[in-house]
Amino acid sequence: MARTRPRLGVFKFSSCDGCQLSLLDCELELLAVTEAVEIAYFLEATRKDMKGPFDITLVEGSVTTPHEAELIHKVRKSTGTLITIGACATSGGIQALKNFKDVKDFIDKVYAHPEYIETLATATPIADHVTVDFELRGCPINKHQLLEVINATLNGRKPVVPKHSECIECKSRGTVCVMVAKGEACLGPVTQAGCGGLCPASHRGCFGCFGPMETPNTAALSERLKALGSAPRDIHRLFQTFNANAPAFRQQAESLEDRV
Amino acid sequence: MSAMPGEKAVIDRERLNDLISILNRQGYTVIGPTMGEGAILYDVVTGIGDLPAGWGDEEEGGRYRPVRRSDQALFGYSKPAQGLKGHLHPARQRLFAAERAGNGFRVLKDEGKAPRYAFLGARACELAAMRVQDKVFDNGAYRDPHYFAKRDDAFIALVTCAQAGGTCFCASMNSGPDATEGFDLKLAELGSTFLIEAGSERGAAILAQLSPRPATDADRQAGVAQIAKARQQSRSMVEGVGPMMAARLEHPHWDEVAKRCMTCGNCTMVCPTCFCTTVEDVTDLAGNNAERWRKWDSCFSVDYSYIHGGAVRSQGAARYRQWITHKLSHWVSQFGVSGCVGCGRCITWCPVGIDITAEAKALGG
Repeated sequence: MARTRPRLGVFKFSSCDGCQLSLLDCELELLAVTEAVEIAYFLEATRKDMKGPFDITLVEGSVTTPHEAELIHKVRKSTGTLITIGACATSGGIQALKNFKDVKDFIDKVYAHPEYIETLATATPIADHVTVDFELRGCPINKHQLLEVINATLNGRKPVVPKHSECIECKSRGTVCVMVAKGEACLGPVTQAGCGGLCPASHRGCFGCFGPMETPNTAALSERLKALGSAPRDIHRLFQTFNANAPAFRQQAESLEDRV
Repeated sequence: MSAMPGEKAVIDRERLNDLISILNRQGYTVIGPTMGEGAILYDVVTGIGDLPAGWGDEEEGGRYRPVRRSDQALFGYSKPAQGLKGHLHPARQRLFAAERAGNGFRVLKDEGKAPRYAFLGARACELAAMRVQDKVFDNGAYRDPHYFAKRDDAFIALVTCAQAGGTCFCASMNSGPDATEGFDLKLAELGSTFLIEAGSERGAAILAQLSPRPATDADRQAGVAQIAKARQQSRSMVEGVGPMMAARLEHPHWDEVAKRCMTCGNCTMVCPTCFCTTVEDVTDLAGNNAERWRKWDSCFSVDYSYIHGGAVRSQGAARYRQWITHKLSHWVSQFGVSGCVGCGRCITWCPVGIDITAEAKALGG
């Protein structure tokens, strides 16, 4: 049963490129991907710049400049299925820390010629601007999950990307809980699975790279971290990293603000 | 001496090496306690040297620490971090693989052979948990082949507890610290010797090769005293918990627990009887090969109760209620036994230390 090869576009907004790199990082599977789809636009991989429309588009990065705020609408119009990849595209990313401060102040401090800098006051996820068909979390995304999402899209089924806690991955692989056994501050219980339990398996607490899980009880976790000896300032910082602008993490950090 | 089932004997501690060797020669992979990264874990053991000599553990709600003992006891801890569930009912299990064939598909023959496990150091609560899962995976009409491929032939060398852990409450669940059946060998560590008895013919045959000598009255009394000590537990399950839970389906306490519960699912993962799974189909990009996998699932995930139109249990309170009422109450009507063996792992490994015995008491009050 031959399929026509769908056309794939990969677009970058404000981001570090790490998530698109996950596609190149597929190595052995990459050949199968190129057989399954025609890579029509992917500047990190090829200079070949074919025009849309695209059947599937992967969008990396957040909307941080006026140019990007316009471009995302063009991408949406030229795309069938739009999939956002990574913490930047799905929550705003680390650059969304600027949402909580005065951007003009940063620009004046950092750049010799602030007048050349054109930026928005906020870094926001793609879904704040256009309709998104699927959001793939992670900082960076997990390449196996990326393949699963592409695969599911090609085969017309729902991707198997669980939204439950990271703890389920830790326990499934037999990792000893770093919070219970070592008293480490860990965001695992409120973070969506997907990384495979990378940090706890390396004896570190979870940093929350995959953003809030489906029903995150961040208040209960904060209380526990406080009982384990974390200062409100440290708990605040824990929630203000790669997914600082994800509503559950943002609200928890804000609730700690008067105590920071 | 010839060892008859039920007859108590004594062996020297070094004979455990012989026990492991004999089991290995009979084709068993011996799984026992080892000192892992930050906790005592079940893993493959090949000799006494792999056992956690001199290690004990401290447990409280949401807290676990391995601690050095003043002696060199091999089984001087209360229980490993995760039980034996992962060996008999793995977190991920391939059910079958298939390939495209014409307009349909062909299921490929699975050439894999199930491992033959011997569990050295299994606790009474862990044996009780296996017996609970036996009922889950065999309801008379259907017998799960994946579970029983490992369970049917599993050799159980139980080691009774010398003391209770901080979260243990097996005594009030009648699932420990002693066991009377279901094991091949039962051992109790008494200093440099083990009190040992066989519970099956194959256990007796192995025991006869371990240079056993008859147990003295003093040995027997030491064994009885040890069990009595392990029975001293700081936690207990409230009496009549099954009918009580069934009568508390509407109760303000559910919302109170939900404030603390993170719905992370850790309790269900470490529970030695929790058996729920989800099934995941994977295909290659071309759609020519497919596999079906069974993975541990948790009643704390939203997808778990997803039916047409949405999830039935969207609130954390509903999910906690589902878990604890099933475990302590509905399980009995479903399988004829309680789903709780009192190992206390759900208490220890809950990141916020929610205590099933305390919640049951609060609901009963």
